[in-house]
Amino acid sequence: MVSFIQGVLLTLLAAVTIAIVRQRNLFGVVILAGIYSFLMASVMIVLDAVDVAMTEASVGAGISTVVLLAALYLTGSREYPSAHTAAVPLFVSAVTAVALIWGTNELPRFGLADAPIHRHVAPSYLEASAKHEMPPNVVTAVLADFRGYDTLGETTVIFTGGVGVMLLLRGRRKRLKSGKEGKEGRA
Amino acid sequence: MFIAATIAVLAALTLTVSRAILGPTVFDRVLAGNSVGTLAILLLAVVGFLTGRPEWLDIALTYALLNIIGTLAVLKFFRYGDLAYDDEDGA
Repeated sequence: MVSFIQGVLLTLLAAVTIAIVRQRNLFGVVILAGIYSFLMASVMIVLDAVDVAMTEASVGAGISTVVLLAALYLTGSREYPSAHTAAVPLFVSAVTAVALIWGTNELPRFGLADAPIHRHVAPSYLEASAKHEMPPNVVTAVLADFRGYDTLGETTVIFTGGVGVMLLLRGRRKRLKSGKEGKEGRA
Repeated sequence: MFIAATIAVLAALTLTVSRAILGPTVFDRVLAGNSVGTLAILLLAVVGFLTGRPEWLDIALTYALLNIIGTLAVLKFFRYGDLAYDDEDGA
């Protein structure tokens, strides 16, 4: 049943991707990209990664849709056809895809209990999170407790980036406003 | 029963995505995007029951909140071109 759901969702993902490539109206592209993110989140749900699906839905379908729409408002919403042929990018993509698919042959089977990733640090995480009374969800315990400094660093980087962008945009808006008032004053 | 519900949700998802791809106007696509979000929530809930984890319902509720905020943001942008639009500002 799960593989049937995955099959349907991945087929829809492929259809949406082709539609994104062929679509010339960029507003439609943004909406289709949001649909792509929701479908991808569903794929991750079916694969049992609910937390990753949550991130995909909020960032992919939520924030990036809004950011892309803001960019569209500043530019045009019509894409000009490319002057180059698609042969070289198509070749590079095909070679990369073949290499990646070839690489998956060496990976352990999905969900295998004695895969290398489950044997090194995972048991100690499980033991320690039970011993120190960390959150019952071990993924949350790893992200928020074991990697607390790592997460703190990430949030600091994102916070600094956000503050920088806000300062830059605020300065620009003020200048625009004062420019307008100056013009009106002269008139 | 959950299997039948899952298949129904997947069929609806297929129809909605085809409308989003074919849709002649932008509003067809906005509506289809919102419906895909709703169907993703339904799929999350049904798959949760199908695999014996009904607690996914809480996550489905959070998704519903995200979805409505996303659609409101899209529509507000389409109408005013700005998220921080304010009538008093006269912008």
